Amino acid sequence: MLSEATRQKIDALIRKYPHPRSALIPALWLAQQEAGYLCPEAIRDVAEIFKLPTNEVYEVASFYTMLYKKPVGKYVIQVCTNISCLLCNCEEIMAHLENRLGIGPGETTSDKRFTLMETECLASCGTAPVAQINEDYYESLTPEKLDRILDSMK
Amino acid sequence: MKILTKNMHVPNLREIGVYESLGGYQGLRKSLRDCKPNDIIEIVKKSGLRGRGGAGFPTGVKWGFVPKNTGKPIYLCVNADESEPGTFKDRLVIEKDPHLLLEGTIISAYALDCHLAFIYIRGEFSYGATVLEKAIEEAYSKGYLGKNILGSGYDLDLILHRGAGAYICGEETALLESLEGKRGHPRLKPPFPAVVGLYRCPTVINNVETLANVPHIINNGPEWYAAIGVERNTGTRLYAVSGHVNKPGVYELPMTVTLRELIYDHCGGIRNGRRLKAVIPGGSSVPILTADRVDTRMDYDSVAKAGSMLGSAGVVVMDESTCMVKAVRRITRFYAEESCGQCTQCREGTEWLYQILTRIEHGRGRAGELEILLDLCTQMKGRTICPLSDAAAMPVESYIKSFYDEFAAHITQQRCVILPAA
Ligand SMILES: Cc1cc2nc3c(=O)[nH]c(=O)nc-3n(C[C@H](O)[C@H](O)[C@H](O)COP(=O)(O)O)c2cc1C
Ligand code: FES
Repeated sequence: MLSEATRQKIDALIRKYPHPRSALIPALWLAQQEAGYLCPEAIRDVAEIFKLPTNEVYEVASFYTMLYKKPVGKYVIQVCTNISCLLCNCEEIMAHLENRLGIGPGETTSDKRFTLMETECLASCGTAPVAQINEDYYESLTPEKLDRILDSMK
Repeated sequence: MKILTKNMHVPNLREIGVYESLGGYQGLRKSLRDCKPNDIIEIVKKSGLRGRGGAGFPTGVKWGFVPKNTGKPIYLCVNADESEPGTFKDRLVIEKDPHLLLEGTIISAYALDCHLAFIYIRGEFSYGATVLEKAIEEAYSKGYLGKNILGSGYDLDLILHRGAGAYICGEETALLESLEGKRGHPRLKPPFPAVVGLYRCPTVINNVETLANVPHIINNGPEWYAAIGVERNTGTRLYAVSGHVNKPGVYELPMTVTLRELIYDHCGGIRNGRRLKAVIPGGSSVPILTADRVDTRMDYDSVAKAGSMLGSAGVVVMDESTCMVKAVRRITRFYAEESCGQCTQCREGTEWLYQILTRIEHGRGRAGELEILLDLCTQMKGRTICPLSDAAAMPVESYIKSFYDEFAAHITQQRCVILPAA
């Protein structure tokens, strides 16, 4: 069940746009904050609020990579492996993370702390290699720098 | 010559007071005081400003296509989706000088007779969204947004809308679909968004960097702007340089700069004293330039003449240690991943390209596969709803043609023939 606070925020969003449907993706963002991902109940609730079939909301959500349809860890680590990062050794960063966390891309550690993903260009190519961890960018990465960052994440 | 980035060293430029103290919002005051909406369109036409999002279409001309008096509202959408691999210039403007973008947006909206504008910002730019959210609040509280802006009688609201991770939403009609709360599936054109856009109303979509030029054009006049650069290629560009250079970053320069000057004078040359092999001049979607094109002037027309496109001006520099098969394979994976799936040529073609390139890269390429790749590229171009298919095909085609021997050797020797960087 979506919380009352989230429902109110969604209502406010709907009023902001000339057409309510425009608030759908922002609403899914809000719904995702509740459980860390879009659980089936959250999608159902959002569909109800927008008076849309659940399938249709799922169809929209499934188009966008930042809307998670599966549970993710507390920290989602997205390593850019696109061209500029590839030229600047992102493979070393990825390998280091796989080793340290003992998981591959798309997987979550058994303690549910870290999810590792490869991602596309983060528009930070001048400070490659780059990773996004939850909302924040970490730039000009080296394995050592990454270790310090992960050590600080509890 | 710096225009857009000239104040970026100033601390707290993000704050509206600091922005104002440097002459900020004077362009808006002048526009509302001295100009009718149409005057601004004429000024922007005269300046020669061309779109910075990729296609390079003249901005004032595009604005002129919007039909007035249809009884429908007119919308302006700022394209802050910046997802073209190798491009990172809009992010700089958004994070460092958000009010410049807002001022440009407000003036442009006024020119278009638009009363509701949107900034569509890619989902990953969470920090940028926070910066813009605050800037928009400040602009409202100072009367630059909202009702009766600066007592002029002109009203404008501005909504910041976050995407959620999909490259295709940078394509203008996919952006509109996404803004309407749907999957980002590009629409067939015509009708063009200028006539049938958001909510089926006339809509203009412009890139962040494009709009950031507008206050400066208003403040200094179109003649001043048109005198920078060369004919048909006026003003500066924010060249975002990455890859194997000593000093990667965003460099604002007039479009008279050559690739050689950009790489060697501004970016400190190639890392580790290596030699230049190739350059992507305008984001991953454009054909590659080989090192012998290094004297190309980095304007729209000269880059086109050299066989590529200035695109987003995301310049990716590759040195001699780069394997072109590996490079283009990664780029192709991106398009296969990001194809929206509506058109068969694109949905299937990108995947086939990726699989064949993967085989070649892994030493399992077969005789004749380069010809298959080239043939696939031909079939993928110019036949789809949007140009993502072309954007996937053009690099593959150009990398193979420019580095044919390297690709062929991967197949005959069944391994990568480029020594890894020491
Ligand atoms: C696949 C694809 C992706 C695009 N991505 C972007 C983008 O991220 N940002 C952008 O400004 N334009 C992008 N464009 C170009 C837009 O469709 C549109 O031409 C541009 O926003 C117009 O603004 P301008 O005239 O100011 O350049 C993309 C185009 C295509 C075909
Ligand atoms: S290629 Fe990694 S941030 Fe652009």
